[in-house]
Amino acid sequence: MTMTTTDAPLARLGRLMVDQPLIPLTLILLALIAALAILNPAILSLFWVSNTLKIAIPLAMLAACQTLTMLTGGIDLSVGTAATIAAYVTATATPLIGAPSAIGIAMGCALLIGVVNGIGVAFARVHPLIMTLGTGLIATGCLLVYQRSVISTGTIYPEILVWLGTGRTAGLPNGLFLFIPFAALILWAQRRTGFGRLLYAIGSNEAAARLSGVRVWQIHLALYSLSGGIAGLSGLLYLGMVKTASLSLALPLDLPSVAAAVIGGTSIFGGRGGYGGTILGALILTVLATMLTLLQMPEGGRRILYGAIILLVTALYIRITDRS
Amino acid sequence: MKRFLERNAWTAGLAGFLLLLLLATKLIQPDFGASGLDSLARSALPFALVTVGMAIVVIAGGIDLSVAAMMAVASVTAAVLMDGATDAQSAFAILAVLVLGLAMGALNGALIVVTRVPDIVVTLAMLFVWQGVALLILNAPGGGAAPWLRALVVGGVTLPGLPPAVTDWLPRGFLFLAIVVAVIWLPVRRSKLGLMLYAVGSDPQAAFRSGVPVGPVRIAAYALCGLFAALGGLTVTMATGIGEPIPGPYLLASVAAVVLGGVVLGGGRGTILGPILAVIVLRTVRLDLTLMSVDPNVAAIVEGMIMVAVVMFGAVLATRGRKT
Repeated sequence: MTMTTTDAPLARLGRLMVDQPLIPLTLILLALIAALAILNPAILSLFWVSNTLKIAIPLAMLAACQTLTMLTGGIDLSVGTAATIAAYVTATATPLIGAPSAIGIAMGCALLIGVVNGIGVAFARVHPLIMTLGTGLIATGCLLVYQRSVISTGTIYPEILVWLGTGRTAGLPNGLFLFIPFAALILWAQRRTGFGRLLYAIGSNEAAARLSGVRVWQIHLALYSLSGGIAGLSGLLYLGMVKTASLSLALPLDLPSVAAAVIGGTSIFGGRGGYGGTILGALILTVLATMLTLLQMPEGGRRILYGAIILLVTALYIRITDRS
Repeated sequence: MKRFLERNAWTAGLAGFLLLLLLATKLIQPDFGASGLDSLARSALPFALVTVGMAIVVIAGGIDLSVAAMMAVASVTAAVLMDGATDAQSAFAILAVLVLGLAMGALNGALIVVTRVPDIVVTLAMLFVWQGVALLILNAPGGGAAPWLRALVVGGVTLPGLPPAVTDWLPRGFLFLAIVVAVIWLPVRRSKLGLMLYAVGSDPQAAFRSGVPVGPVRIAAYALCGLFAALGGLTVTMATGIGEPIPGPYLLASVAAVVLGGVVLGGGRGTILGPILAVIVLRTVRLDLTLMSVDPNVAAIVEGMIMVAVVMFGAVLATRGRKT
């Protein structure tokens, strides 16, 4: 009980971190940028800021999938696969059927993955982690089969995606034209719509939500379908950005997307957090990645770091909420 | 008594199903014989070992998502240590890998017990950490393995006093599996620890009140799981002669086999024999698909669908069980 007096400032700081994650996150971001400036003073410029934003946008969009699913206590590990499939199908189908229908089919595939996830989670009550891992595996197999059938068609990247992915307006990446409305929509949906509030309700106490008349299965089905759709959209944007159709295009973004949401203060157990923090989390991770590249950290080291960050933040979160 | 009968009925049913599958294999491929059985044993061995590890953790009421990554760490460590080593040095390398497996698993368990973060989150974070470690040790498949190790798992058993025509039908892979499980799991199962694993799995609070040290028992379960994962990774290196830093689809396969083998997700019930039989069933299905000259990618899709269906079915059963 003597702990309470000595720990009061720490507990208050902890409460602040949980209630207002945006303030400490902004401070962390600024501190990272300052550290980067010390490491390499020449790097900071408007071009660098614009580039960082450009790289952070697909990550932030994929992290939206994780944020929304985590609000209900779930997770979506198939987003990388869904994004890759959307990108690959768009690039290879465009020479055959034109850009609009190719994009339509690609989004359909991503949505389908989401719907299958939703069915598994909503009706069979499989743990989302196992379910999304499984659909990811199946979808990767389908992609390999598809790849053999289109191996000779060549690839075309639709103009609009390239413009969104690589173009700049007034020094800032065009991707913001897609991202700002997208982020506004998610932020609005999570705060002001019934769907958003139900996500929080299910995440905090699913049994209570069920007893107050929420049809949990509908929310799960809609949520995972939405997640698949968002993943497809970010895959399209990513395709325009990197302009290569590979079979593992967006897979490296899987892990950072989870890390971004966790850093942004969204609880992996559900009921707490929001998309605002996630956007900052994605920016922090992008700046961190630049720093790791400067320090020449190998890929293995990065994965260890991301895993450690997820574990550390979650453990801290549990400590803080236990005490308050 | 009734539950005991039911449990054995499930295992016996699986064994019968496996026999039917093998008969079907013989019909598809009339040449199927000792060499076919040998390749089946070789492909099933890593899956079977990792499934045993997963089954132990699930019986103790947890889940370990990092098994595939731990296998990768064990595989590359063994390959790097044994590359160009003498026979005696290789033996020490194997011992080192097994100790490493125990240590990795114990670390997983200790983090779960100490941080009080749910097992699924901790092992997800550790999945990334171990993947990173494997990549740091070996960036691309490589390394080597001592030839006498390959002889341990490849080919038929040679027994004195029996003609080779008979002993050829018992692949060394299966013998290796039986010996490993008999040497490690059976003593544990018969000891106090085995009883405590089941007690913690079925009701941690009741176990705690009857004087079971819940924390250490859970750490022991994860350490055993790490040991079996390391053995699985070791057999990958033994059979192929190289270390593989990118893990295969072992995680989903082991969860599916555990569920199909009659171990209840949630803990406290099930045997080790059931999951082992389930692994062989799943591998035989894959073998049949290959023998029917199905495209390997299509076979992977079918296999993934079977695994997801099994997990969904298991989740439905678990939900039913909780309600009644």
